[in-house]
Amino acid sequence: MSLITPDIGLIFWMTLIFAILFFLLAKFGFPIISGMVDKRSRRIEDAIAKAREAEERLSSIADEQSRMLEDARREQARILKEASDTRDNIIEEARSRAAEEAGKILSGAKSEIAAEREEAIREIRRYAASLSLGVAEKILRKELSSDEAQNAFVGRMMDEVERNTDKS
Amino acid sequence: MKGARRIFAVIVAVLLPLTLGAAELDMREYLLGHVGDSYGWHIATVRGEAVSVHLPVIVRSSVSGWHVFSSGHIEEGGSWEGFRLATGDEPHSGKLVEETPEGLLRPFDISITRNVLGLMVNSSLVLLIILFGARWYRRHNAMEEAPRGFAGIVEMMVTMVEDDIIKPCVGAEYKKYSPYLLTAFFFIFISNLMGIVPFFPGGANVTGNIAITLCLALFTFLAVNIFGSRHYYKDIFWPDVPVFLKAFPLMPIIETVGVFTKPFSLMVRLFANILAGHMMILGVLSVIFITATMGAFLNGSLTVIAVLFGVFMDILECLVAFLQAYVFTMLSSVFIGLSRQEPESVHDDNKL
Repeated sequence: MSLITPDIGLIFWMTLIFAILFFLLAKFGFPIISGMVDKRSRRIEDAIAKAREAEERLSSIADEQSRMLEDARREQARILKEASDTRDNIIEEARSRAAEEAGKILSGAKSEIAAEREEAIREIRRYAASLSLGVAEKILRKELSSDEAQNAFVGRMMDEVERNTDKS
Repeated sequence: MKGARRIFAVIVAVLLPLTLGAAELDMREYLLGHVGDSYGWHIATVRGEAVSVHLPVIVRSSVSGWHVFSSGHIEEGGSWEGFRLATGDEPHSGKLVEETPEGLLRPFDISITRNVLGLMVNSSLVLLIILFGARWYRRHNAMEEAPRGFAGIVEMMVTMVEDDIIKPCVGAEYKKYSPYLLTAFFFIFISNLMGIVPFFPGGANVTGNIAITLCLALFTFLAVNIFGSRHYYKDIFWPDVPVFLKAFPLMPIIETVGVFTKPFSLMVRLFANILAGHMMILGVLSVIFITATMGAFLNGSLTVIAVLFGVFMDILECLVAFLQAYVFTMLSSVFIGLSRQEPESVHDDNKL
């Protein structure tokens, strides 16, 4: 029977001791431990969140980087293409200019040659005229060495002049 | 193999007629002496001499006032200042009584008995363990490192109880209750374990004593009912049931009884489990002493069995020690959580 009848003395001591124990532990024990654990777990959560954020930022930076690289590559291709176009243009232009110049030079040379030839022809003509004049003179002189011949010649000349005036 | 069997048979034949000159074991005395309370702390009997720790007896008699004396004076049927232990057939058997002209009187008794000393030892142990765990945080930066070793175990236990039991069962306002629940957990756990330790200063049956569990249950009862929400009290006295169940106050009566049966169940559960565990171990070990007069062979073989069972029971009791602390804390948390509950239907009505 004594096992299931609570003893008043034990109840007294239990209440007292448990109250002291509770007071001490509630003041110096459990709140410190669980508070620190809470703080630490919050800090760890923070750290994890920060790490995730950093990772996200890093991946966005990588995206940005690859996009920039892509842009740069496209720009490079564009510039190269432009350069090659320009080069082609310049070469084409130079070629056409050279052809034009060559044509000009050629035509200048041609006209000069033509002028030279005319001059030469004229010279030859003049020379031929003076030559023929000299020949004619010599022939005339030889033919007109006698008086009769001179007369006959003058007479023919006169006839000729007459005919010419008649005609006119 | 055959030779071994023959040797065994010879040993049995030699041992069977042998008996030890052991006294008959008084089972009732043996069991109650171990699981009950006593004024002195009997440690062992060496060559017929009792080795025990004498504890102070503190009593206040309604006739002769306060008395403080050593429990050594009242051992072995002794009497001191008119006080002696009541014997088997008198009222208050085993307790201190005063012989007065009006007969035997039971004084107001707050002696430091074995259980009180055990209570002090266990509480000091809990205090030391927890304060040692808490001291680590003063010496280290808890933000940078986690405790290792003993402080790590303390932190793990505290965190386990708080995260697994208190937070989910109590709910949002768990911080207010967690020191009490943690204190109860560690007190019960350490006391249970100390109860299994078979020698001084362990072995006092603290948590298997109904006065201790009564106090613990009372503390939970107070924690539940002092801070109970309005909704909790409305559910007791005017629950949401058809009016005829309240007009004839059937439901309020049931609910009011429930308020007291909850802590009562806490009290009995812890008390009965620990007491039963002690009884089982003592019963198993008593086989050794009961069979001491039955011959060396029977005694020897049953001793082996008893020791094996004793080891098994001790290990089981280690599990029970934790389990009962866990269950007490969890049920206390659940009862507190129920008393802090806010009505959900009211919020829904407001929304609509």
